[in-house]
Amino acid sequence: MWDSFYEQFITYDGYKLVLQGLQNTMVIALLGLVIGIVLGTIVAVIHVAGTRSKVARVFAAVGDVYTTIFRGTPIVVQLLVFHFVIFLPLKININGVWESVIVFGLNSGAYVSEIMRGGIQSVDVGQLEAGRTLGLSFTVTMLKVVFPQAVKNVVPTLGNELIAITKDTSVAGYVGTTDLTLAFSSLASNDYKIILPYIFLALVYLVIVIIFTVIIRVVERRLRKSERRS
Amino acid sequence: MKEEVKRQLLASDAYAEEDVSVAARLARGERVALIEVENLTKKFGDLVVLDDITEKVEQGEKVAIIGPSGSGKSTFLRCLNVLEDPTSGAVYFEGANLVDKKVDINLHRRRMGMVFQQFNLFNNMNVLKNITLAPVHIGLHDLRKTKAKNALLRFTNLFRSAANKKTLLPVQTSAKKIREDAKQNALRLLARIGLADKANVYPSTLSGGQRQRIAIVRALAMNPKVMLFDEPTSALDPEMVGEVLELIKELADEGMTMVIVTHEMGFAREVATRVLFMDGGKIQEQGTPQQIFGDPQNERLKDFLSKVL
Repeated sequence: MWDSFYEQFITYDGYKLVLQGLQNTMVIALLGLVIGIVLGTIVAVIHVAGTRSKVARVFAAVGDVYTTIFRGTPIVVQLLVFHFVIFLPLKININGVWESVIVFGLNSGAYVSEIMRGGIQSVDVGQLEAGRTLGLSFTVTMLKVVFPQAVKNVVPTLGNELIAITKDTSVAGYVGTTDLTLAFSSLASNDYKIILPYIFLALVYLVIVIIFTVIIRVVERRLRKSERRS
Repeated sequence: MKEEVKRQLLASDAYAEEDVSVAARLARGERVALIEVENLTKKFGDLVVLDDITEKVEQGEKVAIIGPSGSGKSTFLRCLNVLEDPTSGAVYFEGANLVDKKVDINLHRRRMGMVFQQFNLFNNMNVLKNITLAPVHIGLHDLRKTKAKNALLRFTNLFRSAANKKTLLPVQTSAKKIREDAKQNALRLLARIGLADKANVYPSTLSGGQRQRIAIVRALAMNPKVMLFDEPTSALDPEMVGEVLELIKELADEGMTMVIVTHEMGFAREVATRVLFMDGGKIQEQGTPQQIFGDPQNERLKDFLSKVL
């Protein structure tokens, strides 16, 4: 068993494939989350501002449709639809990794928008009112007062989202992107000795998630400290 | 027949009496009070919270608003700076109708300080930043605007003949000076309330009384024409009420115009020049503190006073 795995992994350069897969998985997860945070924040702010004017209300409705669609369908289906219904027929030829980054970013944005909305609404409305009564505009008060507090509130949940999206990337192989899962699968399918590759696959994901968890905890503690500083 | 015509003429004369609405008086160039509220109505759904209120606040007045909870006093105060959008009616501040969407509300709110029951200090900033945030931001914003206008003027001047060149707007300040001035002003205000040593701490480490006094000087840092207090002592522990009321009283003695919604009857009696009693969305009775507390006329006011005094 070990010999076979060693042979696949070292002799036949399997480790190169795995490293490529690891890199792709990280790129998809991290970039996807960054896109998700930007997109989700925009959608959330529009939603919160949605009652203020008719134009904002239209945008808020668009945002609602977006979150409904991307939260209402499985990520695998979204990948397939984007790959076979949008990118292929339109002859948009981009790297599978970037394709996955786009889909995971859009998917994550839908979730992050809900997280951000919760975060913004968890900040006492008095904070916004205090800013407005001092003559600051809605936008400025949002940026300088409400937002920093909202971000502090959502860091734990965003960490959760990072972990979730990292694990979700394991389906990127459906559209041919060489992620961690696809890399290990191909090792296993080369000689049908499947036990060790899959165990190692699971361990690699576990280690990644544990590292993320530690990082998130450190960030959280840092943020909380700044408020208690006297 | 002649009698009939005369009667009609008299009647029409009565109707032709001068229009006293604020807009008409402004149009005639007459003086209006610092704040004038006209037919102010506020509904939350079907619930009428403010029912057709017309009232004014003159410069230098200290108006206390009392009344049972749910009577609309806080909503009335929040309508004065349009924190609550009135359903109908107008709120004039220094002659500008704040309800009008075309009016830049932020410009006028700078001149109206507001203090909340829950203090609402910015939790993510230290005390100094809390006080300087608005003055610095607005100062820099105005500076940028002036500079942008000057840049435009300089550009258009290129196409004007030498005689027609327009003069640039004066820029007497700099970003650095704005920051420094705001900081000095904040430190001066903090020293005044005896909290200069707290400039760099975060609000969460302060007592309620300290927070509320800082909230007051934060509003003062904008040099407002009027201060609106929304039950400033209701969320405080009893032993801290005194220090906050003391500060408000000092401001009153300095001549600051103020409108205070309060449950502190003793304070209202001592500081107010005029007391309004609100109930059911209307101002039921108003007068000097002596009249309101010593000789109440309205049944509901008598009932209210018997419960709180």
